[in-house]
Amino acid sequence: MSLRSALLFAASLLCAGAGAGEIPPSERRSGYDLMSRETRAIQDDDATNPGMLWVLDGEALWNRKAGAADRACTACHGDARTSMKGVAARYPGFDAALGRPVNLEQRVNFCRAERQKAPPLAFESRELLALTAYVARQSRGLPIRIAIDARSRPFLDAGREAFHRRQGQLNLACSQCHDDNWGRRLAGSVIPQAHPTGYPLYRLEWQGLGSLERRLRNCLIGIRAEPYAYGAPEFVDLELYLMWRANGMKIETPAVRP
Amino acid sequence: MARAVVTAPTRARRGEIVAVKTLAQHPMETGFRRTQTGELIPRDIIRRFTCTYNGTEVYRVDLHPAMSANPLIAFSTVATETGTLAFQWVGDNGYSVTETASISVE
Amino acid sequence: MGTTRREFLILAATSLAVPEAARAQLDPNLAANRKAAFQEALRRIVGDAQVRRGRVKLQLPPLVDNGNSVPLSVAVESPMTETDHVRAIHVLTEKNPLPDVVSVRLGPRAGRATLSTRVRLADTQSVTAIAQMSDGSFWSDSVEVVVTLSACLEEGLI
Repeated sequence: MSLRSALLFAASLLCAGAGAGEIPPSERRSGYDLMSRETRAIQDDDATNPGMLWVLDGEALWNRKAGAADRACTACHGDARTSMKGVAARYPGFDAALGRPVNLEQRVNFCRAERQKAPPLAFESRELLALTAYVARQSRGLPIRIAIDARSRPFLDAGREAFHRRQGQLNLACSQCHDDNWGRRLAGSVIPQAHPTGYPLYRLEWQGLGSLERRLRNCLIGIRAEPYAYGAPEFVDLELYLMWRANGMKIETPAVRP
Repeated sequence: MARAVVTAPTRARRGEIVAVKTLAQHPMETGFRRTQTGELIPRDIIRRFTCTYNGTEVYRVDLHPAMSANPLIAFSTVATETGTLAFQWVGDNGYSVTETASISVE
Repeated sequence: MGTTRREFLILAATSLAVPEAARAQLDPNLAANRKAAFQEALRRIVGDAQVRRGRVKLQLPPLVDNGNSVPLSVAVESPMTETDHVRAIHVLTEKNPLPDVVSVRLGPRAGRATLSTRVRLADTQSVTAIAQMSDGSFWSDSVEVVVTLSACLEEGLI
């Protein structure tokens, strides 16, 4: 059913003509605004938000010693409530040593390797999701603030190009749904503007917490394109563009989404 | 690390009805899902939730596979006396989690 | 229960080439069987007693964001005293693979006869809540809920 409706939708887009371009700041809406009242209530209350289960796990991990260096995150970062405030709002961030932007998951793994002498946590593992959820939760309510300079501009441009490029068997570009047709319905779902304000988030479809890359993989599979591997530079470039596109919008981690 | 979270007031007036919200981390595998190759994924759910107040059961829930993953159970109880609210989740494959919350009642 | 719905649709669409094991799942009497299971579950709860509409308020969104996790709340009008209270609340569905969703045992200590939770709904259907009173009477409420399938699915379809 979803393949057929997606094909019909793609056909209608071809007839509809040129897209509208990027969303003007005054029209920016978080996916939160497109959800039902009841789902919004789940997100709003920490006592009912299932994402908080991972945030609490993350807090425990933050305080737990790890690796050959036998250090916890607290050894360098102290209380996350102060040290991590605003951090997630400026990720993906440029890593001078690597010469390219890295996302929060990669940053956590670099810290584990360099500072804790611990093995990296697998992408989408419960521990990595818990830690990134805990860190990002410390930025909840703060505006996204991605600053682009000469070093990061080429990566932003690569991400922007990927967002506007037609891909996959359905030959759809992200912008066709998320810039040109947000608010309309695709099968039973309302199309959001695709601002990653609440990651990692609890998706009702997953019945669990997941990262932005997991969600992007869903999208790529949805348009029948080959999904990038977790941590691939193509993903981080796209994440950088999506966060920059959402500049000024408030972090909602851990968000709840359909 | 199996986890459950309880949100309840720490103090209340005698006779006041207080709200209790609980969340348990659990996939609540229904037993109806199949893998891509067709094998049935066995059922694995929380079957029962109980809340006792200083040892007396005040609320009990029997859960079936139609309860969502990471189940929320929110209910109310009368603040009768100072003491402990004890919560227990029991399920398939030996799953058993307990949590407590203290309440001071004047 | 997203995957079950998904699989049902896949099987329906590819019914010509479906392998033996999967064919067994295409029960032509699915709807009738589940409706019968609902009636049986209802009988198990109330026996021969009459179930009256009223006193129970069941709330669910009329159109769900996702059938995997549908917020549900039940509230039953009752003084919740020793002599007049709600003993149990049951929630049933007509189209899920199993009719029972959740059962609550409570009493005057609850203060209010309520439950808030999240449930799985396999299809657009009616959800029923039944309250059993201390005097042996049964009261109920029913709500119609529309459940759709998610647009972009995670697993690649066949």
